[in-house]
Amino acid sequence: MKYLCSLLGFIISVSAHSQGELTGNIESTFQYLNEDTLIGANQPAQKGLINSYMNVFYTQGKFKAGMRLESYLPRIQGYPNRFDGTGLGMRYIGYSDEFVDVTLGSFYEQFGTGLSFRAYEDRALGYDNLMDGVRLIVRPKKGILLKGVYGYQRLSFQQGKIIHGDGIVRGVDGEVNLNETFSKLENFPLSTVIGASFVSKYQADNDADLILPENVGAYGGRIKLGYKNFIFDAEYIQKEQDPSNDNGKIYNFGHAAIFNLGYNQKGLGILLSGKSVDNMSFRSDRTKDLQDVFINYLPALNKTHTYNLVATLYPYATQPLGEVAYQAEVLYTFKKGTFLGGKYGTSINANFSTTYRPKQFLDNINLLDSSRVVYESRPFVMSDSLYWRDINVNLTKKINKKLSLIFSYFNININNDVAKISNDASGIIRAHIGVIEGSYKINKKHAIRSELQGLIVEPKNGQPNDKGDWATILVEYTVSPHWSFGFMDQYNYGNPKEELRVHYPIVTFGYVKDATRFMIYYGRQRAGLFCVGGVCRFVPASNGLTLSFTQSF
Amino acid sequence: MKIIYFASFFLLLTTYSNAQKVAAVKLKDLKGKTYNTAELGFEGPVVISFWATWCSPCKKELNTIHELYEDWQTETGVKLVAVSIDDEKTKSQVPTYVNGKAWEYLVLLDPNGDFKRAMGVNNVPHTFLLDKDGNIVYTHNNYAPGDEEKLYQEIKKLSGK
Repeated sequence: MKYLCSLLGFIISVSAHSQGELTGNIESTFQYLNEDTLIGANQPAQKGLINSYMNVFYTQGKFKAGMRLESYLPRIQGYPNRFDGTGLGMRYIGYSDEFVDVTLGSFYEQFGTGLSFRAYEDRALGYDNLMDGVRLIVRPKKGILLKGVYGYQRLSFQQGKIIHGDGIVRGVDGEVNLNETFSKLENFPLSTVIGASFVSKYQADNDADLILPENVGAYGGRIKLGYKNFIFDAEYIQKEQDPSNDNGKIYNFGHAAIFNLGYNQKGLGILLSGKSVDNMSFRSDRTKDLQDVFINYLPALNKTHTYNLVATLYPYATQPLGEVAYQAEVLYTFKKGTFLGGKYGTSINANFSTTYRPKQFLDNINLLDSSRVVYESRPFVMSDSLYWRDINVNLTKKINKKLSLIFSYFNININNDVAKISNDASGIIRAHIGVIEGSYKINKKHAIRSELQGLIVEPKNGQPNDKGDWATILVEYTVSPHWSFGFMDQYNYGNPKEELRVHYPIVTFGYVKDATRFMIYYGRQRAGLFCVGGVCRFVPASNGLTLSFTQSF
Repeated sequence: MKIIYFASFFLLLTTYSNAQKVAAVKLKDLKGKTYNTAELGFEGPVVISFWATWCSPCKKELNTIHELYEDWQTETGVKLVAVSIDDEKTKSQVPTYVNGKAWEYLVLLDPNGDFKRAMGVNNVPHTFLLDKDGNIVYTHNNYAPGDEEKLYQEIKKLSGK
């Protein structure tokens, strides 16, 4: 740390004579919470909570340096409970030119689609598995990209300091864009990118009973093709034996595979995707759980919804132990001036996603032998046990210059025994959701937007399932370019317990000036899973005031 | 204590720099072609708009500009670069959305947030206007109907019209 600071100081003081580029941002969120026993919201002993972050990135010619200071005094609700104090949460120095790019310190990186390796940050989730160590990127020839990474992952942030995971992570990745690399192929109609990666972790074996592999590798390849209106990409990663708390210390190999096939033309987009995952929880500490020190990233294969009831009541996250998933999506815009297109055009979008438990083969397995290989799996072979299904359609229609409408319907099935979403339900929760959204532009600067949402849960064995039916109303008034006012009420009118048929009203106020934003929220927030990109954290119920400030520079 | 030194060095520097330049990050387009964000090679003003398929106000902003884009281009020569911060979960839906809506923008992918971080973006939508030398002349966070008019005024100022 001492070295890093003085080196950085030196570089910067030298470069201060000429001009560099400085960018960054600040974010601060403050909460004052009340007790609200009805919805199970507690008042923390400190009453006030605050999270703050500031990123500063500096580049001067070929040198770069950056850091993030972060502060939890104490952390806001729902954040990992071991985040506390104020200090450096990320820092690096580096050098980069057209040929090499080297970083020492903290860095974020992704190989391919992330199935083998992804270090990233999502502040809304409190997720940060950055690598602390060294990264080298080399571009030996146009279209060729080689990467090497070495380091420990960030596990936590305690008393203002980064706490690392137990195991070290190393990896290499190579990618070639054939059309850029070979000049003969520059104008070839088929575009081709191929890549391969190898990632390995080391963690000492401290198990009393089993001989655990201390070095565990994951490796595979990927391809991306483009031909006329078609795009195809795929990646396959295999993981070596990696007994962990997640998989019950079995000695199976694991795999993850993903493919996407797209067809696109002006006004029409079609996508088909598939994914197969088995025993693919890959962490730099085999004893960890939840979202801690994941080396890889297993995206959930479904649409990320935005309407409140759809997005937050029944979200789905990937099951790293195994799943087979498919998705299809179509978006079509009717041309203006046609019967369905009308004067301003109409868009229709349909999406289908489904996920099943993989089939496990036991024919060649002897559970009494000492191999601890407990089943066989085959990519994309699934059982009939449903984890998730989502069918949704929406229609966007601009009626005239001022008014536009969006109609949406969602049918969601989620297996609550596997992808646990609620303590009040069992088996598969079947929900139907309808949303009507209207936007009306009053004049050049004033606009009003409203959403009406209804959610109906199918009864189970004649009894209401989970928390029953919900309705949401939202009204938002904006005055460009600075002001916004909003009101939202979620009403759990169908809760089987009459005393819990409560309203969750919330008012918001926002002020934006260029890259500065102030937001004020006051009201009730129900407990639930908050998810970004298929990664979720539980947020407890709250009632109170939230102030947030963001600034970019 | 070290942290304070560390920070003050940086802050000292801000007094030196004047107009900020766009960060140089290598991103790929929908077909896998690599672009350097600091050398996009456009002649006139450039709008960089950060968006995602799961961000309704972002889509509203870019669909609104889509209606006006032809006029904007003829009058000012402006180019819009739509940088998607969708990660692997929704990245594959980006070409579906872009083509389904018939956008004419250059669309770049930033799946691990490298460019987003380098540009100091907290949340989307976030829009930057660059002059032909890559200096940031205007920036706006969020989108409300009507914001596109303010952006267009700034573009016109830049192109001297």
